[in-house]
Amino acid sequence: MRSETQNLNHLKQGDCTVNLTVNGEQKILQVQPWVSLLDGLRDHLNLTGTKKGCDHGQCGACTIICDDKRILSCLTLAVMKNGSEITTVEGIAHGDDLHPIQQAFIDHDAFQCGYCTPGQLCSAIGLIKEGKAQTREEVKELMSGNLCRCGANVGIIDAIMEVKAGGGHE
Amino acid sequence: MKSFKFSAVNNPAEAITLINKNTDAAFLGGGTNLLDLMKEHVALPNEIIDIGNLSLKEIKATASGISLGALAKNTATANHPLIRKNFPMLSKAILAGASAQIRNMATNGGNLLQRTRCSYFYDIATPCNKRNPGSGCAALEGFNRMHAIFGWTRECVAVYPSDMSIALSALNANVKVLSSERERIIPFQDFHILPGAHPEKDNSLQHGELITAIELPKNDFAEHSAYIKIRDRNSYAFALVSVAAGLTLNGNTIQAASIAMGGVAHKPWRALNAEAYLKDKAATAANFAKAAEAEMALAQPLAHNKFKIEMGKKALINALETAFKGNI
Repeated sequence: MRSETQNLNHLKQGDCTVNLTVNGEQKILQVQPWVSLLDGLRDHLNLTGTKKGCDHGQCGACTIICDDKRILSCLTLAVMKNGSEITTVEGIAHGDDLHPIQQAFIDHDAFQCGYCTPGQLCSAIGLIKEGKAQTREEVKELMSGNLCRCGANVGIIDAIMEVKAGGGHE
Repeated sequence: MKSFKFSAVNNPAEAITLINKNTDAAFLGGGTNLLDLMKEHVALPNEIIDIGNLSLKEIKATASGISLGALAKNTATANHPLIRKNFPMLSKAILAGASAQIRNMATNGGNLLQRTRCSYFYDIATPCNKRNPGSGCAALEGFNRMHAIFGWTRECVAVYPSDMSIALSALNANVKVLSSERERIIPFQDFHILPGAHPEKDNSLQHGELITAIELPKNDFAEHSAYIKIRDRNSYAFALVSVAAGLTLNGNTIQAASIAMGGVAHKPWRALNAEAYLKDKAATAANFAKAAEAEMALAQPLAHNKFKIEMGKKALINALETAFKGNI
């Protein structure tokens, strides 16, 4: 699971400046153009909540919210997102108050190992904002980009259905 | 990922000027396919031109139909009221592809340019004429369950992966393309190409050309159209077989049928034999079955994908019945 930023063959010259608002804070990244947004967040900003699963857009572990849309940070170059507003799992709680979806994940046993959870949470927040999924079947379909290999999917869908029904602060 | 030079451009002319200077440069739209191919060392551009800032994102009604901006996102396109109302099969096809996150990132132009998901194309340790012309086709005698049953050659048996494009084929879309010399319109049937002896080429786009829009001509079958996709799992998987179908009806008589298939060929496969059979026939289960037979009779399966013939027939019949009933 090598990060592109750890490849020492690349010299520092050619760095690009990327301005981001991450979880409400202004951040400036100095990165090579081939650094993914995922590696930028994890290695440069030390926001390691966002996980690298497959690094190929197949598992959803790297899901973040960018300009109000859930996207995969592994298939995005950091330089593509200059000026964007990003929310990672570190930014979804309000201080010590968990986001309703976080509390619902706890209440519904919606994780076991936890590796997919940051991506599941961001994806669920994106799904609720989109407002397209009404039924349980629709929620399952629109969460299919987030794999859980522990098999906590039933709890994940239960948690999302609860937050959708209960409102919360989304 | 191999290192590359990067620039972001602000207008189409700038993008075209830049790409004309370097035959190894590539445009970057949503990045969902290109960046993956670059990580796998299948695509090795030495320069990336980010076109994400270009203002080609509009979806609008025109005199002849609807124009989809090349850089409008797949999600925005699928959920657009004009598309849902006038081209519901397109909306359904887009939403049958990829995942919610990928559809939020992927652009319309980029969707057309998706490369095959043939596992030998992705595996740089194996021969592949598409990736490395002249090296051979490992899928021809290999694991070819997912591969083509129509239009393949011994050089390439890969299938084209896009769902969106299958609907665009049945909708007779036109691809609007800009280069330094001219603007041209490529009819959808001519956009993607069969492998022939040069499977390294997926489509008729030339280096230096930029897709600016996809134009959808008006049709009279929105209420009688369907997109059916059959896959190994019910979501987030490429098609084994898919069918986009639209029926122009006069009562129970089919005036014209517009049918395209996915998962069966190197390009969206227009089911011309089924269309020809159905013209001026009654919309009956028997005629749907005969049309499906007429199309699938031409199939040439490989060692592991004979099942696609029966699956293709059933998918065609299902799509035609769904379109006839009018519940997309």
